[in-house]
Amino acid sequence: MGYRPTIGLEIHVELSTASKMFCGCPNHFGDPPNSNVCPVCLGMPGVLPTMNRQAYEYAVLMGLALNCRIATFTKWDRKGYYYPDLPKNYQISQYDLPLSSNGYIDLLVNGQTKRIGITRAHLEEDAGKNVHDLPGCTGVDLNRAGVPLLEIVSEPDMNSVPEVMAYARSMRQLVRYLNISQANMQQGHMRFEPNISLWVFDDAEPDGGHYTPIVEVKNLNSFRSLERTVAFEIDRQAGQWQADPDGYRMDKMSKQNRGWDDVREVTVYQRHKEEADEYRYFPEPDLLPVEIDDAWLGRIKAQLPELPIARYARFRKEFGLDEKLTTLLTSERGTADYFEAVVQAGASPHRAANLIQSQGLRLANERGTDVAGLGISAERLAGLCKLADEDKVSATTAAGIFQAMLESDDPPEKIAQDRNLMQVSDTSALEAIVAEVLSENGKAVADYKSGGKKAKKARSFILGQVMQRSKGQANPKVAGELIDRKVLGQT
Amino acid sequence: MPAKIDPDQVRRIARLARINLTQEELEQFSNQLSDILNYVDQLSELNTEGVEPTTGPLKISNVFRQDQAARSLSSEQALANAPCRHGDFFAVPKVLE
Repeated sequence: MGYRPTIGLEIHVELSTASKMFCGCPNHFGDPPNSNVCPVCLGMPGVLPTMNRQAYEYAVLMGLALNCRIATFTKWDRKGYYYPDLPKNYQISQYDLPLSSNGYIDLLVNGQTKRIGITRAHLEEDAGKNVHDLPGCTGVDLNRAGVPLLEIVSEPDMNSVPEVMAYARSMRQLVRYLNISQANMQQGHMRFEPNISLWVFDDAEPDGGHYTPIVEVKNLNSFRSLERTVAFEIDRQAGQWQADPDGYRMDKMSKQNRGWDDVREVTVYQRHKEEADEYRYFPEPDLLPVEIDDAWLGRIKAQLPELPIARYARFRKEFGLDEKLTTLLTSERGTADYFEAVVQAGASPHRAANLIQSQGLRLANERGTDVAGLGISAERLAGLCKLADEDKVSATTAAGIFQAMLESDDPPEKIAQDRNLMQVSDTSALEAIVAEVLSENGKAVADYKSGGKKAKKARSFILGQVMQRSKGQANPKVAGELIDRKVLGQT
Repeated sequence: MPAKIDPDQVRRIARLARINLTQEELEQFSNQLSDILNYVDQLSELNTEGVEPTTGPLKISNVFRQDQAARSLSSEQALANAPCRHGDFFAVPKVLE
């Protein structure tokens, strides 16, 4: 007997439009409570919602990126919702005609490609925020009520915690590539709702098996809580099934909602769903349908950038970079664009990749920006890469010059010269130093010449002396060749 | 005419709408709702074969606004009609303990 986790994920993503979905209030996080509200999002009687074109196009763009079928005709529906954070008592959503459906996303999990089906992605409006730590009451802030929200529903195609995490992280990366959401986790731009069940099977009966009852966990707002929730639920359900193999089955127990307790790190029972959710959907009479024709769809399609997984594959092939470096460079569209611009400006891909990884990403992180935001143009970084590629500066020195470029607008070559960091590869300049060192270290020269056990050590000693006397500016490769020639008579 | 909506169904709908009904009201509304549905049912006598389903009475679609933000009410105005407030929040009975 064994089991295989079967997991589907619902993700809500707040779109980064300037205004809300159905009214012109600013879509802006962190403002004073109830300052971005109007009669429409306050649910006053007699008001009319109007669709935000940008929000609709963002949603279609995501549908295209998820390889979905884009509906040529969609409408809006009211979903009954009796909570104070949405004062109309219904949420405007899409029920039977979502704007996109039947898509997929390919993930890289442990070097393997895994395809996850996308059931649908539709637009709706976000609810406001309840504040629970006030004395004697719950506070309601409606600034978020009506913010455009994209709901993405996957097929139950994930079978492990790493697959769930790869899916969630790929979605975040994708919306950031498309520039349709900042996907800032701290600001609640992304929320997860996993549906978890186990397929229990008997190796002796390949056709048999059953599912454990589905558990849905609501409103997880961090990758960490998603990861722990799914891992915990898999273990918990496995334990339940082992304790009661005949009773703990989907056909004998209804679906259950559980919540994640971040302090105790357990899921907590909330309620059984005895019957299907009764939201009393009906068509929204205040809004008109949306019809999308080929011309409009074509204009949206033209905005699709190269998607992360395609870019990853191309970087690997075109630049011969390893998996780790490629993952880093393609994690954000801005980083990938910057890297390509540096290569375009004449840098070797490996040099550019290594400098961006070792210096750029670190410095950007320290300064709370991205590599492009460091203020070093791609041309200037390419200039530095070329200095290193041509052995005019050492790799270590290049890292130092990168940092100096943050404070100075001088070309990298000038910075290197001003600070005496240029590497000496010119043999005539090095010859004098080598001659001096050799004449002062007769014993080491003899050891090296003898070719015995001490030869290797003696050579490094001589090279070290040359490097020291040149104040680290000698090109070690050129200096070494020079020493070999002088001592051994090799060319 | 058979009752289309029995009192149990009325009770369920009332619960979804957060309305408390007495036994008498359940009976009364079950009859009234059934009458309404029976009346509307006359439409099913029409032959609608070949008629496209509509989602609204108007032959208009794609009415959008541009994505431009503008401030509307101040928080003072927004809260002016609230039966209860706490600072700049609307105050409601505790949702979670």
